[in-house]
Amino acid sequence: MTQDLLSVQNLSLSTADKGLVKNLSFTIAPGERFGLIGESGSGKSLTSLAVSGLLPPSIKPSGRIILDGQEIVGAPGKQLDSLRGDAVATVFQEPLTALDPLMPLGKQIALPLRRRLRREGKPSGRAEVNRHMRDLIDQVRLPDPERLVRAYPHEVSGGQRQRVAIAMALACRPKLLIADEPTTALDVTTQDQIIKLLTSLVDELGIALMFISHDLAVVGQMVERVMVMRNGACVESGLAADVLTAPKDSYTQTLVDAAHRFDAALEGRS
Amino acid sequence: MTLLSVENVGFSYRSGKPVLEDISFTVPRGANVGLVGESGSGKSTLLRLLLGLDSPQKGRILFDGAPLEARSSGYMRSYRKRVQAVFQDPYSSLDPSHRILRIITEPLRALKIPGDHRQMATKAITAVGLAPDSLERYPHQFSGGQRQRIAIARAIVARPDLVLADEAVSALDLSTRIRVVDLFEEISEAMTMVFVSHDMGVVAALCDQIVVLDKGRIVEAGLTNDILRAPKHPYTQSLLASIPRMPAGS
Repeated sequence: MTQDLLSVQNLSLSTADKGLVKNLSFTIAPGERFGLIGESGSGKSLTSLAVSGLLPPSIKPSGRIILDGQEIVGAPGKQLDSLRGDAVATVFQEPLTALDPLMPLGKQIALPLRRRLRREGKPSGRAEVNRHMRDLIDQVRLPDPERLVRAYPHEVSGGQRQRVAIAMALACRPKLLIADEPTTALDVTTQDQIIKLLTSLVDELGIALMFISHDLAVVGQMVERVMVMRNGACVESGLAADVLTAPKDSYTQTLVDAAHRFDAALEGRS
Repeated sequence: MTLLSVENVGFSYRSGKPVLEDISFTVPRGANVGLVGESGSGKSTLLRLLLGLDSPQKGRILFDGAPLEARSSGYMRSYRKRVQAVFQDPYSSLDPSHRILRIITEPLRALKIPGDHRQMATKAITAVGLAPDSLERYPHQFSGGQRQRIAIARAIVARPDLVLADEAVSALDLSTRIRVVDLFEEISEAMTMVFVSHDMGVVAALCDQIVVLDKGRIVEAGLTNDILRAPKHPYTQSLLASIPRMPAGS
């Protein structure tokens, strides 16, 4: 068995007076697609922030998070800086707030790209960056690259903004890509395209995926294994195919039943 | 009998290109009609017209046989008595400084509806599945799903002819959403409702008729079952095909 890319052991997160995440343990293998399911307040986003070392200072972690062989909990900021991008990159829910509104999209994509080229000791001049940028824009299937690199975030559609955010994450060549509700703010037709794009890209590039969502059907399409969280704790985990078709936990069952109700409604009423 | 009739309605915001073009559909009394569309479809603008917040530049809207006169304050007073709305965000649609009693009885006072307001509020809050003592509490003491129940109680307390629901369950978690959908299903039997939503699953669960909007035009309209089983327009087809479904089994 290969070594885990991410190993979370007995992770707890708390503020001064409140426990937010309790005793969480899970692993993600290199190249694996892993889903974190939960409703609001379940702690799923906090868990992802903890993994990328981005917790606000008021939240104290305990337990262990080992990412690409390095301990995250208690690591100094400088060490986390080099892990972010190299080991982990994140795509957030709302691409409008994740992107800088005052910077052309091309410049925004160039930033992580140049950083990665330098890290790898490769030439990072303007010509090289532009060449790699074209490849990236191509990879995330954005149309009209000439116009796009000069455009500002508000000048392109929500789906295109999320493609830019994905391009920026991929520019880092991370070993783990965290996608936190990346399609929740998008229309369903756009969501469908982004899901397919993300799945094929992580497979193609051999990147592991931690996919966070409240939408069971979307998670079911994206990942191999899932963990269901409620009130900061894991209630059930296993193969997505098992958990989503034959849940053992009663809360998971409630979610699965509700999702099936809407699916059934879409089949038409008798 | 037709309660609401939208006839060849067109609308554009100042200097812009048309947001709605040639929109026609009817809402029979007692029916639940879903207006489905993605961002930019014009569904929110259409809802503004139905609420009387704007007037169409082309065509007209008939409510109970007479034109909706959005610019006449006298007409709007009686219209608001008969048409109530439930909005998307239960956190911003309830005044945090008021007790639930005052929030729910607000339309009764605003519309000068006579009678025992507390008794009417008690009836409404019970109808949405909350305990009568909820009336003495404040919005922050309730969860998102409970707040949406309170918003629904406020919408039905004045016994309107028509309830307009704008993405009324979209902000709720799945386990809460299904219970609020159940509640809508229950109360909609005695009421006429128009559901505006991007969520085809919710609309399919609640509405017997669907109007599909894309880029300001109606691309398809008809009975829910017909549209779900055999969507005719390519846009409706792609919309339905894009909805992620649960893996088969159990």
